[in-house]
Amino acid sequence: MAMNSTGRPTAPTGDGARAEDLKTFSGSRGLMQQEPLLHEVGAPEKCGVDLPCVPKHTSRLGGLEREEVIGLPGLSEPEALRHYVRLSQRNYAIDLGLYPLGSCTMKHNPRLNEKLARLPGFADVHPLQPQSTVQGALGLMAELSHWLMAITGMDAVALSPKAGAHGEWCGMMCVRAAIEERGELDTRRRVLVPQSAHGTNPATAAACGFEIDELPADATGRVDMDALRSKIGPDVAAIMLTNPNTCGLFERDIREISDLVHDAGGYFYCDGANLNAIMGKTRVRDLGVDAMHINLHKTFSTPHGGGGPGAGPVVLSDRLSTYAPVPYLVRDGEGWALVEEVAQAKAKPFGRMSAFHGQMGMFVRALAYMMSHGADGLRQVSEDAVLNANYLLARLSDEMSPAYDGLCMHEALFDDAFLKDTGVTTLDFAKAMIDEGYHPMTMYFPLVVHGAMLIEPTETESRESLNRFADSLISLAKLAKSGDTSRFTNAPTLAPLRRLDETRAARTPVLRWREG
Amino acid sequence: MRYLPLNEDDRVAMLARIGVSSIDDLFADIPARARLDGLIEGLPTHASEMAVERHFTDLSRQSLSAGDAPFFCGGGAYRHHVPASVDHLIQRSEFLTAYTPYQPEIAQGTLQTLFEFQTQVAQLTGMDVANASLYDGSTATAEAVHMAARITRRRKCVLAPGLHPHYAQTVQTAVQGETMDMHTMNAAMGADANVVDALDDQTACIVVQSPNIFGELVDLEPLAEAAHAVGALLIAVTTEVVALGLVKSPGEMGADIVAAEGQSIGNGLSFGGPYVGLLACRNDRKFIRQVPGRFAGETVDEEGQRGFVLTLSTREQHIRREKATSNICTNSGLCTLAFTIHLALLGEKGLRKLAALNHGRACVLADRLDALDGVEVLNQSFFNEFAVRVRGNAAQIVEDMAKVGVLGGIPAARLFGAGHFDDVLMVAVTETNTDDDFDALVAALREAI
Repeated sequence: MAMNSTGRPTAPTGDGARAEDLKTFSGSRGLMQQEPLLHEVGAPEKCGVDLPCVPKHTSRLGGLEREEVIGLPGLSEPEALRHYVRLSQRNYAIDLGLYPLGSCTMKHNPRLNEKLARLPGFADVHPLQPQSTVQGALGLMAELSHWLMAITGMDAVALSPKAGAHGEWCGMMCVRAAIEERGELDTRRRVLVPQSAHGTNPATAAACGFEIDELPADATGRVDMDALRSKIGPDVAAIMLTNPNTCGLFERDIREISDLVHDAGGYFYCDGANLNAIMGKTRVRDLGVDAMHINLHKTFSTPHGGGGPGAGPVVLSDRLSTYAPVPYLVRDGEGWALVEEVAQAKAKPFGRMSAFHGQMGMFVRALAYMMSHGADGLRQVSEDAVLNANYLLARLSDEMSPAYDGLCMHEALFDDAFLKDTGVTTLDFAKAMIDEGYHPMTMYFPLVVHGAMLIEPTETESRESLNRFADSLISLAKLAKSGDTSRFTNAPTLAPLRRLDETRAARTPVLRWREG
Repeated sequence: MRYLPLNEDDRVAMLARIGVSSIDDLFADIPARARLDGLIEGLPTHASEMAVERHFTDLSRQSLSAGDAPFFCGGGAYRHHVPASVDHLIQRSEFLTAYTPYQPEIAQGTLQTLFEFQTQVAQLTGMDVANASLYDGSTATAEAVHMAARITRRRKCVLAPGLHPHYAQTVQTAVQGETMDMHTMNAAMGADANVVDALDDQTACIVVQSPNIFGELVDLEPLAEAAHAVGALLIAVTTEVVALGLVKSPGEMGADIVAAEGQSIGNGLSFGGPYVGLLACRNDRKFIRQVPGRFAGETVDEEGQRGFVLTLSTREQHIRREKATSNICTNSGLCTLAFTIHLALLGEKGLRKLAALNHGRACVLADRLDALDGVEVLNQSFFNEFAVRVRGNAAQIVEDMAKVGVLGGIPAARLFGAGHFDDVLMVAVTETNTDDDFDALVAALREAI
């Protein structure tokens, strides 16, 4: 055995015992530190913030002083750092690896954008400061508007929606306002929504007071045109269509669809979730769209942050632009001004969507992303996103089962036919990917495909990264077909936790910590 | 292009593997007449990191930031000091670049912090449960109204006279798609108790803000009793949650649902967003089933280890589609993280002291302003924001103060529209205001009047 001069062994001497069999005394496992809840590690008297003294004063709380104990735990700064750093290590992240969630566009988040969003002229200005003191912030909103309108070819943009679904609601409320002005609110009741649509589409149309009529898909995964023709009529308020659709396919008949809807007096709402596939290759204006939200957190790379915040500006055609909500920007001499009151507006805003002007922090990041890429880079983004998806589709097609024949746009859709009779489900397959070091793809969506697996690699993956990913999936598919199911049904085994009991969580909800 | 890893060799090889000859073959489904041949018109080409940074720095300098001026604006957004460790932690890759935690085995970091956040919000508001956040306080208020209508199966909603006008407008806009019967009471300073006059057996809810838009604290207890007596719910709104460190919680006073803006804790002003909407309610199955948005819930994994998952999702749009409780599909993820970390650093002791400091300093400034000729403090009570009547037009006075580099508050007419409360100025004070700031405000106000 090799030793150094004090007798310390310098080469492994163990008997090769298996790591998974080891139960540790601390509960930690090497770098994966065990970490209880905040309320178990913190204490009310602990504090990680030093504050100056409270000045002498006579309380003016009107007799409403808080008497009861709140019970909030505190931590000193070093304890807080440990708590959150340990928890962070239980998360998958784009910065760790490929995040192939179809329909979610998990691309690289440039750190320049984080830095710029923290500049004081954006991060440290109040929404109700005198407008003369926030011209830089308003100027940034104007520049963002210019870029979004140039990319889509549309006539106006409403910036205040706070997320994609909020943007959908904004666009559909514009539709509603237009129909109301035409005096047809009682008769134009129906909104056509494809079966493959995001759940937010029907939920939004319902929130605007419309009835939902589902459109089936044809054998190629696109809108069934015969069904559309049979459903179109004077009671149709709008169609809500995602393009490219959630099967990752471009709606080839989109011009005919928009003409049909327009001829019947309705409007064309486009769900812009998949704009990443077509930027610089076509303009949605030229597809006949009247309103479309843009998920800044998808196409324009503002961080998803574990579920938000997003931002969902809505571009509008001249048929709907007058109904955009307050506040909105107007030219004011050399500078910019906000129109904040419906009553002051020259246009006919349908109302106000939230307290202030929108997700400024996201605007900064998105604009920085767009300027970094420029017109040439944005087109390259779409081309590379579509190229990467088709490359995966081509590489995976031999072992997995594409849901539809032919090429795809920015995401590749598979069904579970390749797992037929293996005893392995889409869920099992997805969980096995976790053991391989990958976040699973979007699964069981869209609903029109059985056991759907929707893979969107985005343009920020290298060819080497795509190859490693494809190699893993191909090996897993082969393993499943070989009859070795335990690797799947037990998965994941290498993640911080094993599969969790979601049924129990829903049957007996525990939604907060309680003492004891 | 620094964010795109493919090079030309990659692209050629990949096209060959796909079996097409050019990239445009992949876009063949776009109708010919809608194809864009050249570059997008009216936009520059790509820019270096240096060039982009220069452009944004120039833009940033064109605004007067709060940190560069004696600053007294509130009105639903407050400037508090956020510890450096908060911003450091939320920028960790594993938090910043993670998606919604739909795969709980590899998202326990996000899920556990959400569960901790829900617990903190429930404690702070004095309620039983809280969700994993909504967009902001105003949209949370609108969601609370929808929720109350579904729970009570009634259509009438009464907005109290002290509700933030932008919140009132947000609610009014949000219910346009339904047949709600909205009663918005005329704005007034100390008149929130009048809300009970509009109560009847058709009323789903009353919506009352405390501290209200003028900073006045409202005793919710009698309002809750009156509402409950006719089967209506009390929705309590708070736009400055730091107040809850010092003031009785809405839960203690009988609120059924709390909708609040959480920006004050952990999150900067950011010109109005992103912020973090808090929604909390009673532990009643009927309530919980009607809550919009996400919940993190506790469960166990296959080996019995404690873990957390998103739960009760049968309320949500991705399952229920048009029958969902809301179309919301995000929460304010990273803002909730900033909130929960800042509140963990404060703890009970720190929050109470922070709140006392805000109130104490506001009292000091109120007394100084009240002593000025042409200025009168209007509040009977307040936390850290109060309204003053000024001799002259408050909007003009604010503009004049801005010209000498003082951001001296918000003219009430900015929120209520010109012609309403033209002589009322709203002044907010936080721990960030120094004695020098007070001197500067007093001097600027004296000069402007």
